[in-house]
Amino acid sequence: MNLPPDADAVHLRDLARLRRVRDRIDREYAKPLDVEALARGVHMSAGHLSRQFKLAYGESPYSYLMTRRIERAMALLRRGDMSVTQVCFDVGCASLGTFTTRFTELVGMPPGAYRREQGGAAEGIPPCVARQVTRPIRTQPVRNEEAPADAPAAD
Amino acid sequence: MELTIHSTFLPHNDPDAALGFYRDTLGFEVRNDVDYGGLRWITVGPPGQPETNIVLTPPAITPGITDEERRTLVEMMAKGTYAMIILASRDLDATFEKVQASGAEVIQEPTDQPYGVRDCAFRDPAGNHVRINQVK
Repeated sequence: MNLPPDADAVHLRDLARLRRVRDRIDREYAKPLDVEALARGVHMSAGHLSRQFKLAYGESPYSYLMTRRIERAMALLRRGDMSVTQVCFDVGCASLGTFTTRFTELVGMPPGAYRREQGGAAEGIPPCVARQVTRPIRTQPVRNEEAPADAPAAD
Repeated sequence: MELTIHSTFLPHNDPDAALGFYRDTLGFEVRNDVDYGGLRWITVGPPGQPETNIVLTPPAITPGITDEERRTLVEMMAKGTYAMIILASRDLDATFEKVQASGAEVIQEPTDQPYGVRDCAFRDPAGNHVRINQVK
C-alpha cells in the first residue's frame, strides 16, 4: 500500500475539519448559525472556509445550511400542523422573507403552496428511503450568498 | 435457502482508535484481530449477536485499485461521505449519552424523524457515518 505522503496527510486533516463544519450544520441548523460562527469554530476565516467547503462538497456552507433548514421545513410542512411562520422560525431562519425566497428557489413553489399540496406525500415509503428521497436537491446556487466569499482570506 | 448476514466491512485509518470506538465505547466484542504486514483487520460485533460481524479494514488496499481511486476514497472518508452503518438500541437516549460522553463527534442528537424513526448519529474515528435507531 502506498501510504500518503505528508502533504496528503495535511490535506486529509483539512478535509476532516470541513467534515466537522458540515456535521455542525447538520446538528445545529436550527440555531442562529452563520458562516462567521462556523469558521471561528475551526479557526478559519469565513472566506477561506466558504471556498474550501465549496471545493469539497460542491456548495458553500451557507447554501448547505439553508438546504438543511429547508429540508427540515419541508418535513414540518408535510406534517401539516404548523404554520409557515412557525416552521420558518423553528428551522432557524430569522426572516420570513429570506425563508420564502430560499424555499421557493429550492423546492420550486412557495412554502404555503407546498404545505397545501404535499401533506402525507412520503407515507408508505420505507424510512431509510424516505430519508433520501425527501431531501431537496439543489440545482442552482443560492443567490446573494451571505458569506463574504470574495473577501480576502485572513490565512 | 436460509441466509444470514455474516460480515460487513467498514474502513478504518487507525486501528487503535477504531478499537477505542467499537470495543470501548459501543461495547462490541473483538472476535479477531489480524496483523498482516503492519495492516490490521479487526472483527467486532455485539455480544448478543455472535453470528454477525463488522470487519474494520484498512481502506483501499484491494488489488486493482488505482492511486487515483485510492486518493478519492481516503478523501471521501475524511470528508465524511464514504461509508455508513445503522445500528439499533433498545434505549437510544442512554446509548447517546454514553457515546457522546466518550468524546465521539455528534452529527445528530436523538430526534423523532418525520418518517417514523427515532435516531441519533455519530462519526466513528475514521469519519464513517454511524446512525443508531431506537428499537420499537
